[in-house]
Amino acid sequence: MKSLKELEAIRNRTLESVNLRKDRTGTRIVVGMATCGIAAGARPVLLSFLEEVKKRNLGNVTVTQTGCIGVCRLEPMVEVYMPGEEKVTYVKMTADKVARVVAEHIVNGQPVAEYTIGAQE
Amino acid sequence: MQDISLHILDLVQNAVTAGSDLVKISIEDNPDTGLLTVSIEDNGAGMSEEQAARAVDPFYTTRSTRRVGLGIPMFKAAAEISGGCFELKSGEGRGTEIKAVFDQNNIDCPPLGKTGDTLISIILCNPGIDFIYTHSCGGSTFELDTRLIKNELGEVPINNPDVLNWIADYISQGLDEIYGGVSK
Repeated sequence: MKSLKELEAIRNRTLESVNLRKDRTGTRIVVGMATCGIAAGARPVLLSFLEEVKKRNLGNVTVTQTGCIGVCRLEPMVEVYMPGEEKVTYVKMTADKVARVVAEHIVNGQPVAEYTIGAQE
Repeated sequence: MQDISLHILDLVQNAVTAGSDLVKISIEDNPDTGLLTVSIEDNGAGMSEEQAARAVDPFYTTRSTRRVGLGIPMFKAAAEISGGCFELKSGEGRGTEIKAVFDQNNIDCPPLGKTGDTLISIILCNPGIDFIYTHSCGGSTFELDTRLIKNELGEVPINNPDVLNWIADYISQGLDEIYGGVSK
């Protein structure tokens, strides 16, 4: 059985390897998690982003949520904020699309145009 | 909503919006009667009597982005359609408690779903809020209290990916245990 004591090892490891960022200069991935987003499948999208960020050890990327973005029919929606760049809004996201967004946009700085709201409207 | 765990995720957002700093999520599974009781209790702003009465109306919302508020009405409908019941208790400054009973023997009862995924999502997105998750089945209970986890972590944030990974394993092991080693 796992015990809370194991967290101490994670704590020590994390303190050594990661510099704990207090600034907000990194990339932010924001998933719409209101009733509309959740019903359309936002939870697996959110968790896939978390998984990708962990797998690639992206230290300055934050995954978080927001409420209703206002275009419920295009949910699940994801907004990506990168310092110095315009916000990119992805629509009708799925867990399968996440790996490509992380590889092409978050890591290489090239938004996946075909998944964005611009391609949809 | 496809399952009960997604309703829980949605209703916890209400608690967060209400400015709560402690949210209790409790699931009681009674294998003898087949009844599943879900409750979400927060210490947020609460609602006036009038607001609480209107919260179950799908055309009532406090938000301005759209004119409907479906979270509570859909949860209520999901419980009632399965022959269960729903209750909302709230008071201004006293927080809100939402409780629903589902009859799992009823064919219209939605599955419970992945409560672990719901917990990880809410902890990831709300590191400043504490959650107590209690899940019992028959005589055994699993409890997760983020305050105890934060105590162990010190300055490491609870939404660090390695920590969340550990919490996910901890929950899945805990649930396996209360369900007698059978994964649910």
